[in-house]
Amino acid sequence: MSDVLVRNSTLDLGDLTVRDVNRALKAAEDGAFTVTNPNGVHALACGLMQPISVTIKGHAGYYCAGMNQNADVLIEGNAGTGVAENMMSGRVRVTGDCSQSAAATAHGGLLVIEGDASARCGISLKGADIVVGGSVGHMSAFMAQAGRMVVLGDAGEALGDSIYEARLYVRGRVASLGADCIEKEMREEHIAEVKALLDQAGMDADPASFKRYGSARQLYTFKIDNIDAY
Amino acid sequence: MSSTFDPATMAEIRRAAATGIYDIRGAGAKRKLPHFDDLLFLGASISRYPLEGYREACNTSVILGDRFASKPLELKIPITIAGMSFGSLSGQAKEALGRGANAAGTSTTTGDGGMTVEERGHSKMLVYQYLPSRYGMNPDDLRKADAIEVVIGQGAKPGGGGMLLGQKITDRVAEMRTLPKGIDQRSACRHPDWTGPDDLEIKIQELREITDWEKPIFVKVGASRPYYDTALAVKSGADVVVLDGMQGGTAATQDVFIENVGIPTLAAIRPAVQALMELGMHRKVQLIVSGGVRNGADVAKCLALGADAVSIGTAALIALGDNDPRWEAEYNALGTTAGAYDDWHEGNDPAGITTQNPELAARLDPVAAGRRLTNFLKVMTLECQTIARACGKSDVRNLEPEDLVALTVEAAAMARVPLAGTSWIPGQGNY
Ligand SMILES: Cc1cc2nc3c(=O)[nH]c(=O)nc-3n(C[C@H](O)[C@H](O)[C@H](O)COP(=O)(O)O)c2cc1C
Repeated sequence: MSDVLVRNSTLDLGDLTVRDVNRALKAAEDGAFTVTNPNGVHALACGLMQPISVTIKGHAGYYCAGMNQNADVLIEGNAGTGVAENMMSGRVRVTGDCSQSAAATAHGGLLVIEGDASARCGISLKGADIVVGGSVGHMSAFMAQAGRMVVLGDAGEALGDSIYEARLYVRGRVASLGADCIEKEMREEHIAEVKALLDQAGMDADPASFKRYGSARQLYTFKIDNIDAY
Repeated sequence: MSSTFDPATMAEIRRAAATGIYDIRGAGAKRKLPHFDDLLFLGASISRYPLEGYREACNTSVILGDRFASKPLELKIPITIAGMSFGSLSGQAKEALGRGANAAGTSTTTGDGGMTVEERGHSKMLVYQYLPSRYGMNPDDLRKADAIEVVIGQGAKPGGGGMLLGQKITDRVAEMRTLPKGIDQRSACRHPDWTGPDDLEIKIQELREITDWEKPIFVKVGASRPYYDTALAVKSGADVVVLDGMQGGTAATQDVFIENVGIPTLAAIRPAVQALMELGMHRKVQLIVSGGVRNGADVAKCLALGADAVSIGTAALIALGDNDPRWEAEYNALGTTAGAYDDWHEGNDPAGITTQNPELAARLDPVAAGRRLTNFLKVMTLECQTIARACGKSDVRNLEPEDLVALTVEAAAMARVPLAGTSWIPGQGNY
């Protein structure tokens, strides 16, 4: 399979199975590959480990680029549930919209969504960065532990519910904040942080126009007075 | 004295009124429940003959995960070590579990909080839990594992997430979980990127793609609706179903949850096996049962009811030294007594097992504790074999429901075996 790949950097899902394509991509140590006819297949380009670049021409199903390490994956279309879930490093970019749980639990790397993201974007985020050109759905950044999420549009209900130490920046309207999530002061370092993330994502917006949200840290301990009684 | 408002009930009302917080504790359901003690084996007789104890072979090995995985697990004994996290247990305790399991030819399992290098190093066969919290979850560890266990629930708390209180969140535990040190940490109870069996099927496909279809994939459920959960796990592509009854231990859960949610292990096995049989998957998708398994008789009973293997948590900790009377003075100082100590979440374990305190943890010698666990696993296996031979079986998994009777009507109904001395199985036929 990898021989085929060396000679031909286009992998056509019209002919190949998702297993063939994933195996070929995993075997490659560098280079640029194009995947055609994805037609919403699931688990495409997941578990990549090498610094290759992959362009997917069309819509991807669930868990596209899941657990990515080092690779640069571009989806020219929409992505299903859990795009870049648990990403460790590398970059994933979606030109269209994303379904639920984009970058769920991701530890590192950057996910850029040019369109909108549905519910639970950045759920349980553990250190990765997310930049969304459009809006994010309800319960986004639920229990987000670390990392940053920048939203150029609006955020749905219960943003940052039960959030830990992740930092959220939203330019538009926030429908409501979740439990223990509060608006925080936008200081110089935060403006610089947003600017850097926008630059990395190749998006144009005034960093000073964002508001910052994070944890009030009121849910970090059960009632401490009663610790002996637990 | 009222039997509705008995002293324990009143004491709990007073405790709740004084503190304003529910009671959190470790271990499993403590109330009296229909259990394996309510079953008996019939043994051989004129119509069936036994196997000779030391002469005729009785196989105990089992292969887990040969439905789809190219590298299934091959256990020498039908007893595995259940998932218990580093964090809830000390590094020494995890090492001891690995050593004990290795020498007995079986596997151990990680837990909420990820894989430590020590436990990978000390376990020849290590099952990696894939939990809703995904603490420390990463593809490198996934590939290092020998099997992957997708955790949907636990018998102690079906529908609940994990808890780890601040005292146990040391620097290392905090770093592994990407959380601030010292906070009272609650794990999610739902997976962040899938809900329902159709999504689970795709999730399993993703896990297989990432690990090249090598690793067996287990799906662990807390016993509540075992018939449907087993069928749905099979449909989702699981290689192995792990079924944990309400007596199953936990590191930290609300007492009200432990005692009132889920069904007893005894009641869960037959519906799960029924689902496997109806799908033509019994023995093809293996069933591991846990929750209150304490000795070889319990193992034999699980297998006779249709399980392929069992898994132990609490019993393994006791074998390591948990609740040992030698620490009685210290248990007393903690306001309890050896045998009743269940504040595993507080991290003050005198035996050095459920703690992150380095001084306490240093009390547990992983080599000696590992040897005790090996001994215990071997005794359980011998006991199970003894019973299997007495029932004329050359493989412990040839034990069958026909070898069993029940002592109580409840156990007869739950295990679907006749009440001893009768041919009556409540709920079968017209009554
Ligand atoms: C200290 C401790 C920690 C546990 N941690 C986990 C865990 O992280 N994940 C999990 O699925 N189950 C966990 N369990 C449950 C066990 O995996 C298993 O289901 C249970 O212990 C089996 O019942 P038994 O204790 O009666 O043998 C834990 C149990 C104990 C006692």
